[in-house]
Amino acid sequence: MKPLTPISNTVRLGLGILFFVLFFAVWGYATFAGYVSKTFLADPLTMIEEGWLLLTKHGFLGDIGITIWRVVGGFVLAALVAIPIGILMGAYKPIEAFFEPFVSFARYLPASAFIPLLILWAGIGELQKLLVIFIGSVFQIVLMVAVTVATVRRDLVEAAMTLGARDRGILTRVLIPASAPDIAEILRLVLGWAWTYVIVAELIGSSSGIGHMITDSQALLATGQIIFGIIVIGVIGLISDFLFKWGNRQLFPWSLA
Amino acid sequence: MSELLIDNVSRIFPGARRRAPTRALEPTNLTIPDNDFVTIIGPSGCGKSTLLRLVAGLDQPTTGQILLNGIPVSEPGPDRGMVFQSYTLFPWLTVADNIAFGLREKGTPVHQRTAIVREWLVRIDLVSFEHHYPKQLSGGMQQRTAIARALANDPAILLLDEPFGALDNQTRALMQELLLDIWERERKTVLFVTHDIEEAIFLASRVVVMTARPGRIKADVRIDLPHPRRYTIKTSPEFSALKARLTEEIRAEVVLADTADRMS
Repeated sequence: MKPLTPISNTVRLGLGILFFVLFFAVWGYATFAGYVSKTFLADPLTMIEEGWLLLTKHGFLGDIGITIWRVVGGFVLAALVAIPIGILMGAYKPIEAFFEPFVSFARYLPASAFIPLLILWAGIGELQKLLVIFIGSVFQIVLMVAVTVATVRRDLVEAAMTLGARDRGILTRVLIPASAPDIAEILRLVLGWAWTYVIVAELIGSSSGIGHMITDSQALLATGQIIFGIIVIGVIGLISDFLFKWGNRQLFPWSLA
Repeated sequence: MSELLIDNVSRIFPGARRRAPTRALEPTNLTIPDNDFVTIIGPSGCGKSTLLRLVAGLDQPTTGQILLNGIPVSEPGPDRGMVFQSYTLFPWLTVADNIAFGLREKGTPVHQRTAIVREWLVRIDLVSFEHHYPKQLSGGMQQRTAIARALANDPAILLLDEPFGALDNQTRALMQELLLDIWERERKTVLFVTHDIEEAIFLASRVVVMTARPGRIKADVRIDLPHPRRYTIKTSPEFSALKARLTEEIRAEVVLADTADRMS
């Protein structure tokens, strides 16, 4: 091993898989050999078995669907509000001065701490779930987009000005296209965080979704189901991440080296 | 007709945090008549780029004013095309779309736009690269496109700020010939900043030498070498004489600048 030396794709894939193999091996060893009581940690096979039952008998697919719907819904709403505000903040200093202090403050408010309040205001229906994700994502996106737009290369803006671009042209034909790939990357990142908010929202006051299943399983001491639920969240995250990366490559071929 | 008049223009940058302000450019007067190709040379930090940015309208003079065809310059505009030293093609646009940028901004009809872009692609010899993104081009190709992008707008004056500074010597020589070729045909007014004496002489009909900071015009030398010029002219006795003379002028300034740097 030498610092910063690249490796081949096969080696990369192999090493990535190796970690999962080791992980399951250690887990299997700890449970099958009886070092950990079954009450507290199910073994991998039980986990798969219980997961299968969840999917086939207990309608877990519906829970997965509803959770995805909530994340995507809340996240899309947040993005629709946050991206325009972020772009305007990045482009116009007075707008930045107006929003920045509040958004910087609001960004540190933990979305999960709003859940009791939101239940009071919006009940335990879908609106409350969407709001949790919305609050958790919107301020983050606003600030990150604003920074991205504000740091667009100054010489590109100047080049556009000497080509006759006016305020509107600079905004729509330079600042927005120049920051578009970074904005897409920000969305990918924040979507990952939105997943943690949705589960928290479902753990408290919910009658459906992956988080709800996990709370139910806790009452039944079905650790296999809990772990299966967590793994499902991870797998969905991986898939959405992959889709995002793929989409960005299709949308912004020019930003690739 | 396009005449550029630089009238008593100076630029002082206010000092940050109670430091003394920087006098980048002493009051300068310069008249550039139509179709002139003027190169400005001087040691680094002599305010030559500052002067160019003032003409472009990207910066405001502390005193004096700049007139283009009698109209004061107050902000950047398409009548003053600019080529930067850094690569400033829009990375999200193809070569053809980059060239069309100014035309689109102006609202030129599509068919006319396409025709102008095509013409420039031919002239800079990048027809087969029209759908390439800037990242896929060499430095020389990028600067060729940048020149075409500025000229497609049909500006009254073309400003170039060390556009070939980052290129290797061979590419640089080819680019000089290309630019000269375009100028000989288009007869645009050109203001070209460089620190390469040979480049300054080869391209110009007039070389303006600036002093070390604070920048001031020290000499204004006519270059009467015949057109069209080929690279072979660089080895002619007339060329060598001009080069010797300008080298002497600059050398004194570089020495001065260096001492000033050490003293401060």
